[in-house]
Amino acid sequence: MIEIESLTKSFGSKQVLRGVSLRIERGESLVVIGGSGTGKSVLLKCILGLVTPDAGLIRVNGAPVAQGREDFLSRFGMLFQGAALFDSLSVWQNVAFRLLRGPQKRPKAEARAVAIEKLARVGLGPEVADLFPAELSGGMQKRVGLARAIATEPSVIFFDEPTTGLDPIMSGVINDLINSVVREMGATAITITHDMSSVRAIADRVAMLHDGLIRWHGTIADMDTTSDPYVTQFIHGRAEGPIAAIR
Amino acid sequence: MILTALAALGRTVLAALAGAGRVGLFTGAVLSHMLRPPFYGRELLQALLQIGWLSLPVVGMTALFTGAALALQIYAGGARFSAESVVPSIVAIGMVRELGPVLGGLMVAARVASSIAAEIGTMKVTEQIDALVTLSTNPLKYLAVPRVLAATLSVPLLVAVGDVIGVMGGWLIGTERLGFNSATYIRNTWEYLELWDVGSGLVKGAAFGFLVALMGCYYGMNSGRGAQGVGRATKSAVVAASVAILASNYLLTEVFFSK
Repeated sequence: MIEIESLTKSFGSKQVLRGVSLRIERGESLVVIGGSGTGKSVLLKCILGLVTPDAGLIRVNGAPVAQGREDFLSRFGMLFQGAALFDSLSVWQNVAFRLLRGPQKRPKAEARAVAIEKLARVGLGPEVADLFPAELSGGMQKRVGLARAIATEPSVIFFDEPTTGLDPIMSGVINDLINSVVREMGATAITITHDMSSVRAIADRVAMLHDGLIRWHGTIADMDTTSDPYVTQFIHGRAEGPIAAIR
Repeated sequence: MILTALAALGRTVLAALAGAGRVGLFTGAVLSHMLRPPFYGRELLQALLQIGWLSLPVVGMTALFTGAALALQIYAGGARFSAESVVPSIVAIGMVRELGPVLGGLMVAARVASSIAAEIGTMKVTEQIDALVTLSTNPLKYLAVPRVLAATLSVPLLVAVGDVIGVMGGWLIGTERLGFNSATYIRNTWEYLELWDVGSGLVKGAAFGFLVALMGCYYGMNSGRGAQGVGRATKSAVVAASVAILASNYLLTEVFFSK
């Protein structure tokens, strides 16, 4: 379970998060929606410790994450917006990164076998294992990123804009993969996106971040029936409404 | 008017001091991570190959032409005092104490500081450094420590090889163009060369290697966004490494040779 209480973060005079509070139950898939520049990525980076919040508290299973970050990260996986694969490593070495070094290190052959198994899980054959990231298409890179995120079967997974830059069919493939791996592993997942097809495919619950605050949260069914003008404008992609089109 | 100028000067000084402080903290962090596990042996070997072995041609060529030009210059200058015979010893001392380490260091700065800053800067803007954190890997330990260690170990070796090639450049011009006897040239080189001449140059090489990789890593890790940010980081790394080499060369020469 992840609890976020009154999280604030400013960059200079720009206040990005103004008291965000959220609770994600164990095994739940939460999708955070919101326009570009509303602080979705900053929220994820605060949880990960990549950005230090100005105030507020983040707890994982009841304990402040700042005190047990290494333990948290050892059970964590993340799919980045641009996949963030390491250019200098082959595909299988990217997937098995954790298994080749550190406390979860395994023999090379075993690590490679796990990498190939995870690649198969995301629909990629063993022939891509020895390629380098630059030799892959955007969709394949995302799938390798997903294979890396699930390589050690983490209990918490974050997905940062998982379908950005992909065609609709590949977006559907990635959404299905995310959905199935999260359900199979029973992992707690947080996804940030503004792709409504991802929201509908992945989410148990949805939270809308706007102007540095959680504007609305609820289930997919609630989202479709809500009268909140911010949510309705966002999910229907209307230029007219309370959210300024030009920010 | 005067107050405005003073305020601008103050801001510049404060920014410079803050920058120096950040580099100091970064250096301390790199040094402390060098001593603590985990150690990334494979990354260290790759860095040794990239920084040491692959810099050999450029350092060797620089040393060869510098040694050759030095022989011509000393011969022409020495002729004014009928001191042409000092060519072998001055070429050797000049190469091993000063030109070998400094020019070798500058060539490594151009080749290595730029590539380290560009590589790490690109990793930063493409979130690869964030990805390392999420994979329980300290970016400083994984990226900076192997590179800094490899440069500190390999640049003295490059300097040593450059010294030999530079002296050979002087010998080649001395014997083929200036009329020196080969055996006499080599004997004069050895007779006037002291062990500390070579040792001081190697110590300088280690210091320059450390500075080059440190600047590459620092500017790469602090790269701005986009292609422009990476370009600026690369340029800053080369400039900072070059200035640091020249400044530390003066300080080390003061320490080693001032009486």
